Amino acid sequence: MFDREYFNLGYLDILSYRDSVIHRLDPRTKLVAALAFIVTVVSFPKYEITGLLPFFLFPAMLFSLGDIPVRFIVKKVLLVSAFAFFVGIFNPLLDHRPLHVIGGITISGGWISFFSIMLKFFLTATSALLLIATTSFPGICHALQKLGMPEIFVSQLIFLYRYIFVLAEEAMKIIRARDMRSFGSRGRDMKVFIRLSGMLFLRTVERAERIYQAMLSRGFTGRLLTMHSYGFTSADLVFLSATITLLYLFRTYNVVGALGRISLRGLG
Amino acid sequence: MHMADALLSPAVGATFWAGSLGAVTCCARKLKESMDESMIPLMGVLGAFIFASQMINFTIPGTGSSGHLGGGMILAIILGPYAAFIVMASVLTVQAFFFADGGLLALGCNIWNLGIYPCFIAYSLMYRPIVRQGNSPMRITAASVISAVIGLQLGAFSVVVQTLLSGRSELPFGAFLLMMQPVHLVIGLVEGFATAGVINFVRAARPEILENVLSAQPLSSGVSTRKVAVGLLVVAAITGGALSWFASANPDGLEWSVEKVFGRPELPAQEQGIAPALKSLQEKTAVLPDYGFKEPDKADKNSVGSSWPAPDPEASVSGIVGSAMVLAAVLLIGLAIRLLRRKPS
Repeated sequence: MFDREYFNLGYLDILSYRDSVIHRLDPRTKLVAALAFIVTVVSFPKYEITGLLPFFLFPAMLFSLGDIPVRFIVKKVLLVSAFAFFVGIFNPLLDHRPLHVIGGITISGGWISFFSIMLKFFLTATSALLLIATTSFPGICHALQKLGMPEIFVSQLIFLYRYIFVLAEEAMKIIRARDMRSFGSRGRDMKVFIRLSGMLFLRTVERAERIYQAMLSRGFTGRLLTMHSYGFTSADLVFLSATITLLYLFRTYNVVGALGRISLRGLG
Repeated sequence: MHMADALLSPAVGATFWAGSLGAVTCCARKLKESMDESMIPLMGVLGAFIFASQMINFTIPGTGSSGHLGGGMILAIILGPYAAFIVMASVLTVQAFFFADGGLLALGCNIWNLGIYPCFIAYSLMYRPIVRQGNSPMRITAASVISAVIGLQLGAFSVVVQTLLSGRSELPFGAFLLMMQPVHLVIGLVEGFATAGVINFVRAARPEILENVLSAQPLSSGVSTRKVAVGLLVVAAITGGALSWFASANPDGLEWSVEKVFGRPELPAQEQGIAPALKSLQEKTAVLPDYGFKEPDKADKNSVGSSWPAPDPEASVSGIVGSAMVLAAVLLIGLAIRLLRRKPS
């Protein structure tokens, strides 16, 4: 399973280097927009469903403008939905107050709030993945530094990201070697695990020493420098102001109710 | 046990964001003073090690399930609390971005739950005092197991508190606690033994890696725990403030949300019964002449409509129709942009 996740990580990385309107935006713009979006979505009260629906416009726009495969992201979102689902599913069991009656079936407040949690989960998780699918990770790190995160934390993120791929490959080698020498459940006990991860740890430390030597010989003084420079362009301004205006509109006006009323009146 | 965005309210999310951000800044400043540069690549690569080691899983004795290394504790033992906290925060950040594990708003909570407790509370108050008196393999094992269990118990407890403060889940405090704590007791035990095993392995192979940290720490550890305690108090006060704000705001919030769903302040359930149902039926039939029974399918629609006993069926119908329209519009906009983009290329 982790094998696939690792591959996914690489695929997200590839996606983030595509070229589109969204990809070209300043990472800061996208980061701020994503945070604003998440906070707005989460700020809806417990029993809100209709108010959340217009917010699907944002992922839809990003999917299509950024040319991101929908199924890939949705699959990833479902993969991590366990905790929200696990906590949310107790709402229908515990909250029986009838809130809504449709077609003779009474819907309790618990189901409404459960559904609301899942909608929020889907929106927030999708937006985080879309952010990373349209922005390279070094770009995000750069944005974080520009927004005032400590330098050491940012360089830590850059290092971590760079070496995840290297060490995952190393770990895969170890796992493959273990699997080839063991049958059934043999070799999966804790004793073997400790030796394997201990080995991996020692290799990691030795690698860190080599990396440090290599960095020193290239003039490392404790700071990481980037060549790529980003700029806040008019496209960023348009994107950011449009996002915030829409977020404000969707949060304060009941778009769904208004549309429904208008269309019903039209039918009538 | 990653906290999820969907279970949080903005106030709780922001509070823990502030707390974790403060801790990261404080640790970064602390490291800048005392750290040599060779730590920078070591920290980065160890963060990646946590990811990689999670790929190697093992069977938990007695059960069929498998476990893996958690991370916070082993990092604290090897790097010391400050550097370990920074590494843990970065691991969780990458998880939030790439796996949507947790979420961007919940990241603050997750750094708090999985970083602060193991690195500062469990390590500084449990592991260090035990191991400083002599680091035999037995002592290391005992210390790791105790501190891993305590770190995870605190983390699980704080997930419960955060969920409760946010008020998105119906779970009562006691029941949720009863669900979270025993599960994390088992996880903590397993993680403690796994951590101890790896530490003892490293100690046998390259003891100097562990000694560096142990000898470097005593200078600052006395100060750090006090500072952390003060920080914890501040956050507790802020959280308490948020809680009281919520306690007072909650009934209003509920009413307001009901109003949003139904376009009226009361719960429809309060008016349920035969009389309002009849009344709504009457209203329906009174509206019918306007439509006229000219077409059979229109009459059909109306008979479906009249079986909606909710006092304000128009609101719910318009809600559903509106929802369908919004979702259809979203889908169309998305597809249209995609088609337009495909054409030129």
